Amino acid sequence: MLSLWLNVLASGVLLGLVYGLVALGLTIIFGVMRVVNFAHGEMVVFGVYIGYWAVRLWAVPVIVAAAVAAVVMFVFGYLLETLLVKRFVNRPHHYQFIVFIGLSLLFTGVLLVTFGPDPRPTASQLSFHTVSLGPVTLDLARLQAAATAGLLITLLGAYLKFSSFGRSLRAAADNRLGGLVVGLNIPRVYAVTFGIGAACAGVAGALISPLFDAQPYLAVDFTLLAFVTVIVGGLGSFSGALLGGLLIGVAEAIAALTFSPSMKTALPYALLIIILIFRPRGFFGAKEI
Amino acid sequence: MTALLDVKQLSKSFGGLVAVNNVSFALEAGRITALIGPNGAGKTTCFNLVAGALRPTGGQVFFEGRPIENTPPELVCRMGIARTFQIVRPMRDMSVLENAMVGAFSWTTNVNEARSTAYESLESVGLAGKADARTDQLTLPDRKMLEAAKALSTRPKLLLLDEVMAGLRPTEAAGVVRVLQRLAEAGLTILLVEHVMRIVMEVASRVVVLHHGAKIAEGSPSEVAMDPRVLESYLGAGFHA
Amino acid sequence: MQKRFEGAPDIKPWLAGAMVFAILAVAGALANPYLISLMTIVLLFTFLGQSWNLMLGIGGQLSIGHALFVALGAYSVAVLDVKYGISPWIGLLLGMFIAGCAGAVLAWLSFRFEVRGIYFALLTIAAAEFARIMFSGWEFVGAMQGLFFPAPTNAIEFAMLRGDARFYYFVALALAALGIVGTELISRSYLGYVWRAMRDDEQAARALGVRTFRHKILVIAISAATAAVGGGILALVQGSIFPDSIMGMGPSVDVLIGPVVGGLGTTFGPLVGSLAAIPLNHLMGALGDSLRIPGLNNIAYGIVLVLVVWFLPDGIWPAMVRLSKAIRPPSRVWLPQPRKAEE
Repeated sequence: MLSLWLNVLASGVLLGLVYGLVALGLTIIFGVMRVVNFAHGEMVVFGVYIGYWAVRLWAVPVIVAAAVAAVVMFVFGYLLETLLVKRFVNRPHHYQFIVFIGLSLLFTGVLLVTFGPDPRPTASQLSFHTVSLGPVTLDLARLQAAATAGLLITLLGAYLKFSSFGRSLRAAADNRLGGLVVGLNIPRVYAVTFGIGAACAGVAGALISPLFDAQPYLAVDFTLLAFVTVIVGGLGSFSGALLGGLLIGVAEAIAALTFSPSMKTALPYALLIIILIFRPRGFFGAKEI
Repeated sequence: MTALLDVKQLSKSFGGLVAVNNVSFALEAGRITALIGPNGAGKTTCFNLVAGALRPTGGQVFFEGRPIENTPPELVCRMGIARTFQIVRPMRDMSVLENAMVGAFSWTTNVNEARSTAYESLESVGLAGKADARTDQLTLPDRKMLEAAKALSTRPKLLLLDEVMAGLRPTEAAGVVRVLQRLAEAGLTILLVEHVMRIVMEVASRVVVLHHGAKIAEGSPSEVAMDPRVLESYLGAGFHA
Repeated sequence: MQKRFEGAPDIKPWLAGAMVFAILAVAGALANPYLISLMTIVLLFTFLGQSWNLMLGIGGQLSIGHALFVALGAYSVAVLDVKYGISPWIGLLLGMFIAGCAGAVLAWLSFRFEVRGIYFALLTIAAAEFARIMFSGWEFVGAMQGLFFPAPTNAIEFAMLRGDARFYYFVALALAALGIVGTELISRSYLGYVWRAMRDDEQAARALGVRTFRHKILVIAISAATAAVGGGILALVQGSIFPDSIMGMGPSVDVLIGPVVGGLGTTFGPLVGSLAAIPLNHLMGALGDSLRIPGLNNIAYGIVLVLVVWFLPDGIWPAMVRLSKAIRPPSRVWLPQPRKAEE
C-alpha cells in the first residue's frame, strides 16, 4: 500500500515539474508584461506536435525534439509579440483576453486544418521502459520529461537572477517606467519575454508528447491547467508557478488513485476554489494586479 | 458644542515609516479649516485617514460624536463626509452632469432628483454652463471644480478638499477661493489640504500645520503665520535669509 | 426647476430599435427554415451577449466563464422538463435563481479580499470548467450522455414552451427585444450611473458613497440570472444538452463575441455583433464540412476577433454611429438641451 502511494506521489511530482514549466511560461509573460496569454495551451500543443513529428517521422529522441521546440517556439513567440501582441500590451485586460482568444481559435483552427481532429499517439520506446528506485517504479518518458523540465526551470531561474538581461527583465517586471528611465530596451525585453514564455510551453509540450496523444483540442485543457497552476501559486511569481505545478501534479495523481477519472480532472479546479477561499492571491501572489 | 469632526491622537505608520504621528485637531461646523505643511508632512495621509481610505494604526476620528476611523470610504461618505482626489478622476464616457449625478445616488435612487441635485452642485461651483460637455473637454480648474461638484452632490456636512489649488494660476485659484467662501457661507464645513500657504491664509479661518507627521501649530492664519516653528520648518531656513 | 432636468425622452433610438424588430418579425414570418434557425441562434446570443455586456460593459467585471450561468439555466429547464415534466417557465425561474446565487457567491468569494480584474475573470472560467467536469460525471443530469427533450411537434404549447422552429424564433426575438429594452432601462436608472462610475474608477466611486462591494455582487448576479434565461431557451431550441456543448470554453467565447464585435457597453452592439459573427461562423463551418477541412470556422472567428480588437476597438456599432453622424448634418443629432440657453 505504501509503495503504491509512493509511486503515485512520484509520478505526480514528475508531471508536476512539467506543469511547473508550462506555468512558468505563463507567469513570466504576466510578470513582465502584465498580459495573460490565453493562447498558452495552444503553444503547449504546438510543442506536442513538434514532438510527434520529430519522434514519429524523423525518429529522433524526445530530448532533441524538445530542443527543436524550444528554438521554434522562441522564434514564434518573439515574432508574435513584435507583430501583434505589443499593440495590445497597454490595453485593458478584456481586450487582451479577446485578442488571445482570437489567437487561440486561430491556432486551433490551423492545427485542425493541418493535422485533422484525430489524436495522434507518439509511441516512444521510452514509454515502455521503467526504472526502479527501491519501492518506486517510474517510466522513463516521465522521468526524462521531469528531469529536463526541472533542469530548465533551474537554468531559467539562474538566468533571471544572475545574467544582466535577466536582471533587466526583472527590472521591467518591477517597474516599467523605471526600466525606461535606466534605458532598457522595453520592446526588446517584451519580445524576448514572450519568446521565453512560448518556448517554456513548447518544450513542455514536446517533453510530454510521449505521454499525451497529439490533438488540437488538448490546447484548452492545457490553457486552463496553466491558469489554475499560476493562480494557485500566485500570478507573476516564479516560485509560485513551480509550487503550483507540483501541487497540481500530485493532486491529480492522488485523485486518479482514489476517485473516478473524471474527478482527476476536476480536482485542480476544486483545489483552486479552496485556495481562493483561503488565500485569494495564491501562495506568492502580487499585491496589486 | 461638540465639534463636527474630532481627530484624536491619530497615528499611521507604513512599515517603519511614521507618516502621521499623534495628531489631534477639531473642526468647527460652518468654517473652513486648512491642513497645511511641506511636502511629505503627512497631510494627504491624514486626509485619507479621515476619509476612510486608510485605517489608522492608532487614535480615533469622531464625526458628529461617532467613531469613524474603521469605517470604509463609502460609508464615511454616506455619513456626510465627501472628499475630492488630488489627481482629478472624472469618469470617462460620462458627461459633466452625469459625473456630478453619481454622488447624489448615495442618498436617492431617483434619477431626476439626482439630476437636479447635480445641476445645483455644478451651479454652486460655476460649471452649470458646461453640464453637457464631455469631461475631457474641461480645463484643469474646471476639472478640479467638477471634483468638488461630484462631492457636493452627496449632500455632505463636511467637505474634504485635497489640494484643489495645486497647479492653478493665481487668477484661477482666486475663483476657487470665492467658490469655497460661498459654500462656507451656506453653512458647509470644509477641510482643505493645501501646499500653497498664501491662498490658505486668505480662505481659512483656522489652520493646522503638520511637519514630519506631527502637528506643530494650530490657530488663526495670522497666529500661525507668526509662529517661529512654522516659519522654520514649513517655510524652511531660506525664509529668514 | 425640477421639470427641466427630466430630459426630453430620447425617441429616435427606440424608434430605430422598434423598426429593426418589426423587420425581424416580418422576416420570421416569411424566411425559410434554415434562415429561421440560424436567426434564432443569432437572437439568443444577442440576449446572452446583452447579459455579458451588462457585466463588463456597464459593471466593469470581466467574465470569461459565462457558459456556467448559461448552463445552469439550461440544466434547470432540462432537468425539470425532461425528468419531471415540469413547465420550462418554472425551470427558467429556478435557473435564474440558481445562476444568480452562483454568480453572487463567486463574486463574494473574489471581491471579499478585494481580488479583482483578471483574477476574477480567471475564477469565472475555473468555476465553469469545474462545473463542466462535475456535470460530466453526474448521472442525475445525464452525465456525458446529456438530456434530450421530447421530439418537437408542430403544435404550439405555450405553457410548456414547445413548438416548431418558427415559434422558437419568435421566443428568441421577444427575448432579444426584452434584453435591449432591459439594458437600456437599467443603464438609465440609478444602477446604470452607479455601475458605470464603479467601472471607470472604483476608488472614486467609493468616495462618492457607492457601495461597490454589493453593487459588484448585484451586477454579476443579475447578469448570471439573465444568462440563465438565455441558456434555458437555448436548451429548448437545441432539443438536447451536453456538458461539453453548453458549459465548456466554447460557449463562453460564443457569448462574448457578439458584444465585443458589435460594441462593448452599447445597447445595440450585441445584436449587430451577433448578426455579423454567428452567420460567418456557420458559413465557415459549412464550408469546412463540405471541403472536409475542419477548423475553418475557428480560423475565421479567430481572425475576425483579432482584427476587430485591432482596428475597431469600440466595435462595429459605435463605428456605424460615428459614420452616420459624419454623413448627416449635425443639427439632426439629438442632444440634451443645456440650460445655458436661458442664462
